[in-house]
Amino acid sequence: MSGNSHATESDVFSEANVAACYQCGKCSAGCPMAEHMDLLPNQLVRLVQMGRFDRAMRAEAIWKCVSCVTCSTRCPKSVDCAAVLDLLRQAAFEQGKVPPSRRRTLLFQQAFLDNIRRNGRVCELELIGVFKTKAFAKDWDLLKLMEDAPLAPKLMRRRKFHFRGERVKDRGLVKRIFDRCNSIKLDLATSENS
Amino acid sequence: MSRIGIFICWCGENIARNVDVERAAAEVADLPGVVCSVAYKYMCSDPGQSLMRQKIVSERLTGVVVASCSPHMHLRTFRKAAAMAGLNPYLVEMANIREHCSWVHHDRQQATTKAVELIRMSVAKVRANAALQPISIPITRRALVIGGGVAGIQAALDIADSGREVVLVEREPSIGGKMAGLSETFPTLDCSQCILTPRMVDVGQHPNIRLYTYSEVEGVEGYVGNFKVTVRKKARYVDMDACTGCGQCWNACPSKKNLSEFDYQMGNRTAIYVPFPQAVPARPVIDRDACLHFLKGKCGICAKKCAANAVKFDDQDEVITEEVGAIVVATGFKLYSIDRDQASSKLAGYGEYGYGQYPDVVDALQFERIVSASGPTGGEIRRPSDGQQPKSVVFISCVGSRDNAKGISYCSKICCMYTAKHTMLYKHKVHDGQAHVFYMDIRSGGKNYDEFVRRAIEQDGAHYHRGRVSKITQENGKLIVRGVDTLVGEPLTIEADLVVLASAMQPAGGATELAQKLNVGYDEFGFLSESHPKLRPVETNAAGVFVCGACQGPKDIPESVAQASAAAGKVLVMFSNEQLSREPEVARINETNCAACFACVRACPYNAIERAEVRDRKGQLVKRTARVNPGLCMGCGTCVAICPSKSADLEGFTEQQVYAMVESLV
Repeated sequence: MSGNSHATESDVFSEANVAACYQCGKCSAGCPMAEHMDLLPNQLVRLVQMGRFDRAMRAEAIWKCVSCVTCSTRCPKSVDCAAVLDLLRQAAFEQGKVPPSRRRTLLFQQAFLDNIRRNGRVCELELIGVFKTKAFAKDWDLLKLMEDAPLAPKLMRRRKFHFRGERVKDRGLVKRIFDRCNSIKLDLATSENS
Repeated sequence: MSRIGIFICWCGENIARNVDVERAAAEVADLPGVVCSVAYKYMCSDPGQSLMRQKIVSERLTGVVVASCSPHMHLRTFRKAAAMAGLNPYLVEMANIREHCSWVHHDRQQATTKAVELIRMSVAKVRANAALQPISIPITRRALVIGGGVAGIQAALDIADSGREVVLVEREPSIGGKMAGLSETFPTLDCSQCILTPRMVDVGQHPNIRLYTYSEVEGVEGYVGNFKVTVRKKARYVDMDACTGCGQCWNACPSKKNLSEFDYQMGNRTAIYVPFPQAVPARPVIDRDACLHFLKGKCGICAKKCAANAVKFDDQDEVITEEVGAIVVATGFKLYSIDRDQASSKLAGYGEYGYGQYPDVVDALQFERIVSASGPTGGEIRRPSDGQQPKSVVFISCVGSRDNAKGISYCSKICCMYTAKHTMLYKHKVHDGQAHVFYMDIRSGGKNYDEFVRRAIEQDGAHYHRGRVSKITQENGKLIVRGVDTLVGEPLTIEADLVVLASAMQPAGGATELAQKLNVGYDEFGFLSESHPKLRPVETNAAGVFVCGACQGPKDIPESVAQASAAAGKVLVMFSNEQLSREPEVARINETNCAACFACVRACPYNAIERAEVRDRKGQLVKRTARVNPGLCMGCGTCVAICPSKSADLEGFTEQQVYAMVESLV
């Protein structure tokens, strides 16, 4: 594929089968983050159905999603709800509509992706170092910088934390994946349909 | 020499708007054999028909072409009119210049030209038409009803009450079906058994009903009016005539811990048993797989206890042949099982609801037994796991239904109503308990139905939450139900003691195999297909076979009963004549030319062609040939297409006619 391909909102959301949603709410019922969300997953899908992308993009909920994909897995209508939230996050980022309160979430996601881009898989120590430094540079909040430190021994005991990360061999492939993703730009309408 | 009349219909504006009917009438007037060509505003109206009748007489017509709507709409009308004027009705043809022309084209010039071509084809066809006579078939005026649930019972009683004999075949040991196991019925809350059992007794005692329980239809041969049905009576190991139903045997049977089918595996029964006290016939049956006599070769206590010597351990299956003229299929439904049998039905299970894993997650029919006075708990609401009275019960609608991801897209129609009923029955028995319902929509169309649901909510205090449940887990003996209330927009977790799933209705097991034996169509879910969804709701595409009840689609009791009576009515209409009259447009084999390859026999989808022998007067075999049974043939023409020697032809649609139509265009 050469150059940038522009996908319109109807393309990208019809791939996620948004039109099929009949608002049963099973996505919200099973979502582990639902109680922390300002709008529930089913409400976000409804906003997308109505074409109210701006309202959906500005929801804090899309940054609370942990991409566990329980919603899509259990959906009786095979709506890919997790993909809908993914698309909303991407569009919100590209259009600068990430709410200030979710700045740290965004920083973490950027640090995470950078990490993957470099190594092909996550290196925990490097990730946490980069993220904390960048966040501290923005808010100079010493408490936040150190608040997760007591978790480190616990994570290490469960072998969830490695000082030396591993790298995948074929990093050219990783680069090609990233290039391909970067070439797709979302073109969500910014105006609200009333 | 043909004298053909052409009658072109304006159909008000429908045809005349896009087809210049007067120009068309003028253009076809010169076709060979045509002696009159007229256009009229509504040919199907009374003046239109009488115009046609007048012309048939005054012009001495030998063929008629009506250019109007689809033959599906009015062919019968025009054929009747022709017959009234003394013309053989099969000399009337229709050219469809509405659906095939005016409705689908906008260019008036081109549409008119096409209409002329269509009429020209019909003229070419009608020139080669032959005067046909309707086929008469003798009929056996007895009916077979398959399935002894409420629909089958109703159909059998209606037919029997009119004086015709009925053979009723039921595969369980008793008739009664699913309704016999229900506690109370919506929207009146009257006791299901109290209203059903008198009907069951009527069936058992009716002089015109021959009842075969614990029996299955094995094969069906023949055709409308003349079916030969083989029924397998499974070995019951009890002599039905000698047995008095006293109960000595099942009271003495030592094999007591067998799961009861009637209680949906929640209660026990003995090895020799009647499924429930009001069973019809009130005769026990021995479960071979549980009986100690069959398992270990000893016991036989039942035989010793039986004063009538009715226990027959050497009983064998018996195959009976019955001749009937019409068949009513009323095989009913089963519930979608969220964990079992999914491989065979190509459905995905509901692992997230934990059915089969958690004993306190039950389906709706099991809950009916829990509430029922004749159920395993004697009518007290106790949960299966520990017999405790549940103080919080969650009812979940649409389990399987409307769930494309699990394989069922349809609405099961009755669950909204019985779930409301369940919450009421629960509240009436557990006053300090709380019923919660998770629903997507409440579908309560029907007389007094919505009022009933509102009563459950407003008077009996059921908490209705709009939303689906995502997962059920178990913690400390409680079922944790994770749902959502989309109306407040918040996830909702309820700790329940019992969960009742309103599972989807599916056709009963074996329905599609039976449909294949009967040549009846069925949809992707296995529900039998009616002939026309609106105008022929109980007929099927197999002549003489009718459907009623939940085997045709999800239905509640009133609808099943109504449809059963409708099917019985259709059977009786058929039986009101001594002979059946059929359209003569069926296949015919030219037996002189037939090479007896029998390709047609194999190709015929209706099994209407048989292998026959032609013998001379001395009985010597002259030749073998294929022969069409006009009673069975549906006139599809498959045999005509496949016959290598061109010996098969379709009356009213002969190859000569079809070629004449094509030639008229080139």
